[in-house]
Amino acid sequence: MKKKQKNILPRKSNTLKLSFDTSWTYAPAPESRTSATIQPRYDLFINGKWTKPESGKYFETINPANEETLSEIAEANAADVNKAVAAARNAYEKYWKKLPAKERGKYIFRIARMMQEKSRELAIIESLDGGKPIRESRDFDIPEAANHFFYYAGWADKLDYAFPGKKTASLGVAGQIIPWNFPLLMAAWKIAPALATGNTVVLKPAETTPLTALKLAELIQEADLPPGVVNIITGAGETGAALVQHPDINKIAFTGSTEVGKMILRAVAGTNKKLTLELGGKAANIIFEDAPLDQAVEGIINGIFFNQGHVCCAGSRLYIQESVANTVIRKLKDRIETLIVGDPLDKNTDIGAINSKKQLETIHYYIKTGIQEGAEIYESSCRLPSKGFWCKPTLFLNVAQSSRIAQEEIFGPVLAILTFRTDDEVIEKANNTPYGLSAGVWTDKGSRIFNMTRKMRAGVVWANTYNKFDPTSPFGGYKESGFGREGGLHGLMPYLHLSNLIPNSTRK
Amino acid sequence: MEKTTVKKSSLSVSENGLERKKGKKRLEVLKTYKIYINGQFLRTESGRYYQPVNAAGEKLANVCLCSRKDFRDAVVAARSAFGGWSSRPALNRGQILYRMAEMLEGRKAQFVEELQRQDVSKTKAEKEVLLTVDRLIYYAGWCDKYQQIFSTVNPVSGSYFNFSVPEPTGVVSIIAPQDYPLLGLVSVMAPAIAGGNTCILLASEKKPLCAITLAETLHASDLPPGVVNILTGKLSELIKWFAEHMDVNATVFCENDVETQKMLKEKSALNVKRMIFYDNIKWETEQGQSPYFIFDLQETKTTWHPIENIGFGGGAY
Amino acid sequence: MINSNLIPDFTLSPRIDQTGAEERALRFTRRSIKKESKINGLKLVLNMIDLTTLEGKDTEGKVKQLCYKAMHLHDALPGLPTVAAVCVYPLFVKTAKKALEGSGIKVASVATAFPGGQAPRDVKIRETKFAVNEGADEVDMVISRGRFHAGEYNYVFDEIAAVKEACGPARLKVILETGELVSFDKIRRASDIAMYAGADFIKTSTGKIQPAATLPVTLIMLEAIRDFYYKTGKKVGMKPAGGISKSKTALHYLVMVKEVLGEGWLTNEWFRFGASSLANDVLMQIAKETTGIYQAANYFSID
Repeated sequence: MKKKQKNILPRKSNTLKLSFDTSWTYAPAPESRTSATIQPRYDLFINGKWTKPESGKYFETINPANEETLSEIAEANAADVNKAVAAARNAYEKYWKKLPAKERGKYIFRIARMMQEKSRELAIIESLDGGKPIRESRDFDIPEAANHFFYYAGWADKLDYAFPGKKTASLGVAGQIIPWNFPLLMAAWKIAPALATGNTVVLKPAETTPLTALKLAELIQEADLPPGVVNIITGAGETGAALVQHPDINKIAFTGSTEVGKMILRAVAGTNKKLTLELGGKAANIIFEDAPLDQAVEGIINGIFFNQGHVCCAGSRLYIQESVANTVIRKLKDRIETLIVGDPLDKNTDIGAINSKKQLETIHYYIKTGIQEGAEIYESSCRLPSKGFWCKPTLFLNVAQSSRIAQEEIFGPVLAILTFRTDDEVIEKANNTPYGLSAGVWTDKGSRIFNMTRKMRAGVVWANTYNKFDPTSPFGGYKESGFGREGGLHGLMPYLHLSNLIPNSTRK
Repeated sequence: MEKTTVKKSSLSVSENGLERKKGKKRLEVLKTYKIYINGQFLRTESGRYYQPVNAAGEKLANVCLCSRKDFRDAVVAARSAFGGWSSRPALNRGQILYRMAEMLEGRKAQFVEELQRQDVSKTKAEKEVLLTVDRLIYYAGWCDKYQQIFSTVNPVSGSYFNFSVPEPTGVVSIIAPQDYPLLGLVSVMAPAIAGGNTCILLASEKKPLCAITLAETLHASDLPPGVVNILTGKLSELIKWFAEHMDVNATVFCENDVETQKMLKEKSALNVKRMIFYDNIKWETEQGQSPYFIFDLQETKTTWHPIENIGFGGGAY
Repeated sequence: MINSNLIPDFTLSPRIDQTGAEERALRFTRRSIKKESKINGLKLVLNMIDLTTLEGKDTEGKVKQLCYKAMHLHDALPGLPTVAAVCVYPLFVKTAKKALEGSGIKVASVATAFPGGQAPRDVKIRETKFAVNEGADEVDMVISRGRFHAGEYNYVFDEIAAVKEACGPARLKVILETGELVSFDKIRRASDIAMYAGADFIKTSTGKIQPAATLPVTLIMLEAIRDFYYKTGKKVGMKPAGGISKSKTALHYLVMVKEVLGEGWLTNEWFRFGASSLANDVLMQIAKETTGIYQAANYFSID
């Protein structure tokens, strides 16, 4: 190659910096709230009717972006749980169990369609109640929730084809407890397969984000679903505990923390309740030197900042091969400067509000821990609103495998960055955790992808992508991240009794 | 499974034990029943033993009364064997299981004799042994097939290839059924290892002899050390450790005992251990074998990868 | 030119995952650009346009009319910027130069046997020198795609370096013709070759091949520019060309520049649109934003 030596350029310099503080800026683009109706008070949805709580108590649900109260929500006590379970049992025995499967399917299709029709309102309420950016609730949460109903609706009359050599039967009443990070989507993940398999449902949404589940109750009412097939009761941990302990429940499905998951495991011990748990994670996201780095950076960003990092499968442990560590970290630093943090209803917002004060305190605790542990902190230079709960996108550099921020689930926009040298080293480090929900691998080499994806002890492995979800794709963990799968054909199994060849034996 | 009527003539039981009955005066050579850990036949580290007794009141043998430390050692062995065993070609796992069946077939007489000493009638003993051989062959055949039954390719939206496959859950602790000391044990062991897991088995407390003799046949079957570890001892002493150990991924329990099930489930919360109860299985029947026994000890892994999308523009694709 | 030991092995140019790049590009289109942000953005777009005529039937008359339009985009709307440059064939450089005198608008000339580039190197050098001698401020060259596909990266590199030398003070835009390179990996590799060989701008397309400029392809090139900047400290400009005819699309590109390269590139010194019909759509949008009334094409002169 001919080399001209005219104007020699400066060698690469660490002082070079791109400025993303641009003269051309985006004007505020808030989504209008007017198309969303939120009642000042919500009762319990039991047996197809709005029912005042026996407890007589209501709690407030607030907008975490400004701490304003959105609505008052009924708090269900054990008597209310009893009512809801009785309604579900009655609907199961008297109606739902006997309904031809294809008719059952049509109800679920109807719910899917109505969710699509109301998607805008649902998206706004999801962002108001939970703090997530409207772009995500509009483009991800709500459409995925509707798609989930659509997918499972079709299974209702095809269960005979799902499990070779087995006859399927519904279980009865499913008690379902869901978290606050994807309120409506998690409701869909729980309700859709339960109904498709012929079970009836008592669902408890999280206390900080009950609104879209209650909107779903309205929608279910409008869809003319028989009373009691889906019951939605609100409350905090005690309500959940009452549901778990209720003797007339056949199935418990829980998504949430590993700590609570273990409590539930103990609580159902000695009963015949079938259980699926979808618990915490501390996923490794592994970047090899030959990876498509710019896409990997997007994967890292999507992995840890999607939904403010309130994602059980978040790629919260980043492993970068040392030879490209500086490059990737520089790209990450540039990238987080362009993340827009602020009003969840603004269409340009990338990172919304932290879901609750309590969660913000947890995140702050870990940030403090990371600093104390000697890791180097790097935050986006964005400004945070004064009211509400907010956290800047945060990177921790030079993190050790043994530090707590690399081991414990933070559930916020905080990324622990570690480096590695060889394939075997990173496999060992990635698996060096009690969790096993997900992992990410970035490399251009096909044979390495297959080695890595096989060696990761995790239920979902994203290769050259991250945080992708689909109704057809089974999701769930290894080890302390739980058991059972949601989504896809595998997601039917937790809601079915498989008979003929092994009666009376189940994986309980 | 085929009809399990056994032709008595197919059994050759004329050696060893039966000679005694003919009244020969030769002094019997008693077998020492050792436990099987990491491919070695060991005495329990505790130095303790027990003497199971049959209905006639005969002491069967001096059998190791294993301690939690034996269990601990067995878990270490099983964990270190897991990587190699789980990544073996499925075909090879199948061949090893088939080899086990071959070895068992060659020692049928010994097992029948042992079963008889443990109060199983001759007819039933012969039936149990044959069923056991067949069961191993059944699972040998599944080794490279269950993946195809339980895998899916998932038609996700977007330009991605997505598939779900079963993977072994890891180290499995198994309390073998108390009845059917041979068939029961093999019926829970075979699906575990066919699926790439490694395991620690606790033999039937009252009828432990076949388990150790089985270990001898396994040992001669090209089975790598640590894949199957067999302990003997008291269920009540050991069960807690089976369920508690943090490096055990799943526990199988086969007794219809609600109290113990409750205890096991509570302990399983320690590390979210998969707790599997087969409390009403008739192991001698068709319901005693199924690929779903393999699947019970599998995790489902879903993998995503982007698909480059170039071409497909014209009609000539 | 680059210090020799900084010239990389182009076969090792970073690999691109197409799906990921396309998803990233799609994200830029999700930005909501409203009100003053929209007006400011559209004015910026106008000021970044290389108003282009590259037809076999071009005449002096046509070029003169285009130059007038370049200086007077829509006199009914006061306060509009001019376009950045007028882009013509070498034979019309002199005409354009004269017509644009004193306006500050640059004259860009295609060269090197545009659009196919299938000519001997000395012909390409002569054509380049001709355009520069006629007064071209900028030269838009095409790379030898055939040679590139044949793996002759040194040939492609040396040709660009030679044309750069022939340009003298004129700025060199290197057209990769991404529609003929097809894969994102190759687009990235060609971008690297062009920049290390001395390109002042890299440009997607001639406008004669479909697909021309797309958001993902431009993203790949912007990221190449960013990596090159961090490696060498040298800024290289970007010019998507062909197929960008709507204001909304142009704003998506602007969002991308803002979020990939930032403030330093949000100027027509470092970012251009190669387009002929885009200007009028932008003008209609500005008129709509100013008056609140939806506009019709007949109220805006076509050139």
